[in-house]
Amino acid sequence: MRAPVLTLVLFVALALAMGLGETSLSAHQYVQAFADPASAPAEILWTIRAPRAVAAAVVGAALGLAGAVMQGLLRNPLADPGVLGVSAMAALGAAATIALGLTLPGAVELAALAGALMAGALVVFLAIRLREPDALILFGVALSALGGALTALIFNLSPSLVTTSEVLHWLMGSVANRDWGDIAAGLAPMALGAGLTVYAARGLRMLTLGEETAALSGLPMARLRAAAVAGAALLTGAAVAMAGVIGFVGLAAPHLVRGGVSDDPARTLAPSALAGAILLVLADLAARMIPTSEELKLGVVTALFGAPLFALVAWRASRSWRT
Amino acid sequence: MTGPALELIHARVEIAGRAVLDDISLAVAPGEVLGVLGANGAGKTTLIRAALGLAHLAGGEARLAGRPVRGLGEIERASLAGYLPQERRVGWNMPAWRIAALGAVHRPPAQAHRIALEALTGVGMAALAERGVLDMSGGERGRVLLARLIATGAPLLVADEPAAGLDPDAQFKIMELLGARAAAGAAVLVTLHDLTLAARSCHRLAILAAGRLVALGPPAEAIGRDILALAFNLDGGLIDTPAGPVLAAKPWRHP
Repeated sequence: MRAPVLTLVLFVALALAMGLGETSLSAHQYVQAFADPASAPAEILWTIRAPRAVAAAVVGAALGLAGAVMQGLLRNPLADPGVLGVSAMAALGAAATIALGLTLPGAVELAALAGALMAGALVVFLAIRLREPDALILFGVALSALGGALTALIFNLSPSLVTTSEVLHWLMGSVANRDWGDIAAGLAPMALGAGLTVYAARGLRMLTLGEETAALSGLPMARLRAAAVAGAALLTGAAVAMAGVIGFVGLAAPHLVRGGVSDDPARTLAPSALAGAILLVLADLAARMIPTSEELKLGVVTALFGAPLFALVAWRASRSWRT
Repeated sequence: MTGPALELIHARVEIAGRAVLDDISLAVAPGEVLGVLGANGAGKTTLIRAALGLAHLAGGEARLAGRPVRGLGEIERASLAGYLPQERRVGWNMPAWRIAALGAVHRPPAQAHRIALEALTGVGMAALAERGVLDMSGGERGRVLLARLIATGAPLLVADEPAAGLDPDAQFKIMELLGARAAAGAAVLVTLHDLTLAARSCHRLAILAAGRLVALGPPAEAIGRDILALAFNLDGGLIDTPAGPVLAAKPWRHP
């Protein structure tokens, strides 16, 4: 699917997320929400539903873009921000902060971003030296496992059940109760990350032909590769800081759009961001609307719906994975 | 350009302390096709990688257009040499013309598109310009990748095994195409396995055996009886036929 269609679908999804909710509003109340900013319907629409829907869209876009970059960089349709260990290290940063009891506002978010950037810096350092994408994937798997193990260690040594439950909630991912300030704080690193991936796009396209050809293509591949990894790390870190750990979006979004841009890794970026945004807005709507005693966590919903959907997409896309 | 497009001067490459290429000196001039031959593991690909600055030299020097390859920037090096590696894996199923257009990556998109279509026409793949390269046979994909090499328009074209896996007639066509680039002024360096094809399509041949250059000269001289025995363990020689030279040989048996 192409960008204009996806943009339209995203707006429909956002409108749905704004229109549906626990409290159903009448047509009159919608008019009131637009006319009188101080009214109760306006409160529901603009300070509860809108920031939540926009946060889902922004996080989804960041994850979809990061996934497209990683898949292009590693020439591997199974790559995503999780593969390089960036998500795991971001989660570790946040979990450590919660366990240490740092209650300063924004401390957990900053720790998540710092964790992602440290993992990103390590991966950038290695991406310049390890030309083979397989080596980078294996390193990412190791980093991811280490992050997961250290997070488990925090659970293991954690003195209180309250801390454990708080970390666990955070690891499951959610955009509930996000306000405009949270979104604004995340936009700066995301914009920087998106800028870097746009710069790296031509390098991703050249890497289609393999490392040796790219090395002699005249493009500054070391710099482009570093920009791609740094951009993906910033996007992932900011997404984890805003919403916790949310899987599958970065993996699935590029697959949904790749066919529409004839597989070109550079032209996959923008549609993939849009598809990620759509997926997460709809997933969050599902999390809110599915009647359960405790509201479903977004990360749980994306995994529950994402895994079977992804299996289906992977099955259909497998013909283009031949080497 | 008057000097050689590529020179190796006493080049030596080591892997884990062992010399895989030793004391190699050769040059490729504009207008000529130089074929590099040798048994598997003789060092053909390493020679190419050393010449292009992709393999570290433990000794000697590699030059492109008279300038040390180590000192060249990425854009300069790409403007002096185009390279088709032996590895033919393509990551994504992009249309043939987009793959070929990657050879002209520094040109404006419209111009790159035109250059790509010209190059595809040259390799006989114009009809499949819109087809995804993973929906093609290996030989067709090889031709698209050759089109990308030609689209670079570089004064030196280096192709590692460009004829591998192609139909017999396609092998001749590919070599004719590279010969035409040489006639137009490019220097061409290819590695080949087929001695008959090499004898007919290259101006000069460099024969490698165990990392050393054992012969360098016109095909009739380079593929002599002694060299065939030494480098390929073959007993025989080239025979002139109306179609061109043909290799007639059998495996060497020690008496």
